[in-house]
Amino acid sequence: MRVLQYLSQWKSKAKDGIQQSLRIAKFLCLLHVTNNYIVSPVMVYGPSMLPTLNLTGDVLLVEHLSPLLGKVGPGDVVLVKSPDNPRKTVTKRILGMEGDSVTFLTDPSRSDRYRTLKVPKGHVWIQGDNIYASKDSRQLGPIPCGLILGKVLYRVWPPEGLGSL
Amino acid sequence: MTCLLWKDIFVDFYSRKFLLGFEQCADDLGGLNMGTVNFLWNLTKNYITFGLIGLTVSDRYASIVPVGGISMSPTFNPHDDSSKRSLTRDFVVVEKLCLEKYKFSLGDVVVFSSPTNHKEKNIKRITALPGDLVSTPHYDAVVIPEGHCWVEGDNQAWSLDSRSFGPIPLGLVRGRVTHIVWPPHRVGKVERMTPKSLTHF
Repeated sequence: MRVLQYLSQWKSKAKDGIQQSLRIAKFLCLLHVTNNYIVSPVMVYGPSMLPTLNLTGDVLLVEHLSPLLGKVGPGDVVLVKSPDNPRKTVTKRILGMEGDSVTFLTDPSRSDRYRTLKVPKGHVWIQGDNIYASKDSRQLGPIPCGLILGKVLYRVWPPEGLGSL
Repeated sequence: MTCLLWKDIFVDFYSRKFLLGFEQCADDLGGLNMGTVNFLWNLTKNYITFGLIGLTVSDRYASIVPVGGISMSPTFNPHDDSSKRSLTRDFVVVEKLCLEKYKFSLGDVVVFSSPTNHKEKNIKRITALPGDLVSTPHYDAVVIPEGHCWVEGDNQAWSLDSRSFGPIPLGLVRGRVTHIVWPPHRVGKVERMTPKSLTHF
C-alpha cells in the first residue's frame, strides 16, 4: 500500500516536471522562430557604415521577413552573411539589384578611376556608406541574394539615435 | 519499474486528452456553442505549437527533404524517368548542426540555395575547399577564395553547378545530407567521396 502511495506521488511529480519542461521547450521554440523569421536585435560596430552607424556600436532591430519575400530594394540597409567568412555578418547598404548597372570608384583614397558593371541575376550590389574603410562588393563582387539575412528597421541604442534609418 | 511508470504516465496523459477531445466533439454536434469555440481554439493552439517546434527542429537540427532532378544521379534518383512522381523520389535527411562552424570536408553532399535564385535549393557535392586549385573547361585553373567552395553534381553531364556559376560562398550552404530514408530499398548512409574526373593540383 505504502509503495503504491509513493508511486502515485512520484507520478504526479514526474508529470509536473514533464509539463514544465515542455513549456520551456515551447518558449525556446517561439524565441527561435521570432528571432529567425520576424525580428531580432543585432549589435553592430565598425567603421564601414560611418555616418549612418556609429563606430563604437549600435543595437539595431533587424526584420527577417522582407528578404524571404524578396522585398528588399536599393537604399535599404541590410544584414548580410559575409561572403569570405560565413560565421561573420556585416551591415551594408544595397546600391543595386539584379540587372542594374552600378558605377563605383575602384580605389577612392588614391585615384578617381571608376568602373561600371552590370549586376548578374540573383545578386545584389552592397556597399558601406564609408567608402574609404569598407570591404564590400567593390572588392568581393556582387553577392547572391541568399546571403541577405535581414533588413535593418530601427536603431534602439544609443538612445539619442533612436529611430528608423 | 521506472520504465513501466513512464509508460503509464504517457498512456494516462494521452488517453485523457483523447477522451476529452471526443467528449467535446459529441457536445459540439448540437451546434455552435462555447465548447466548439474552445475546441477550435485548442486545435489551432496545438497546430501552432507543433509548427513552432517543427520549424525549430528543422532549422537547428535536421530535416527531411525530397530530391528532385537527376543532377546527382548515381547517388540520388538513379532512375531518371521516375523523378516526376513524388513517391519514387528519394527523400534525404539534412543535418543542420554543421552550420554552427561551417566546417566541411571534401566530398560532403550539401544543400545550398542557388546563387542565381535564392528561393531555389540545390543538392551538390563539394569537390574543392578554400585554397584548392580547380581546373575546368570553362574556368581555367581557379583558386577557391576564402570562405567559398566548389560544388559539382555527380551526374556531370546533367548538372548545373560551379562549372557554370563559379565558386559559391559557404554562407549559402543550408545543410549536409547524411542519409537516404525513402524509398525503403535505398535506405542508407550517403558516403563522402571525391570524384576522379576533377584535376586537383
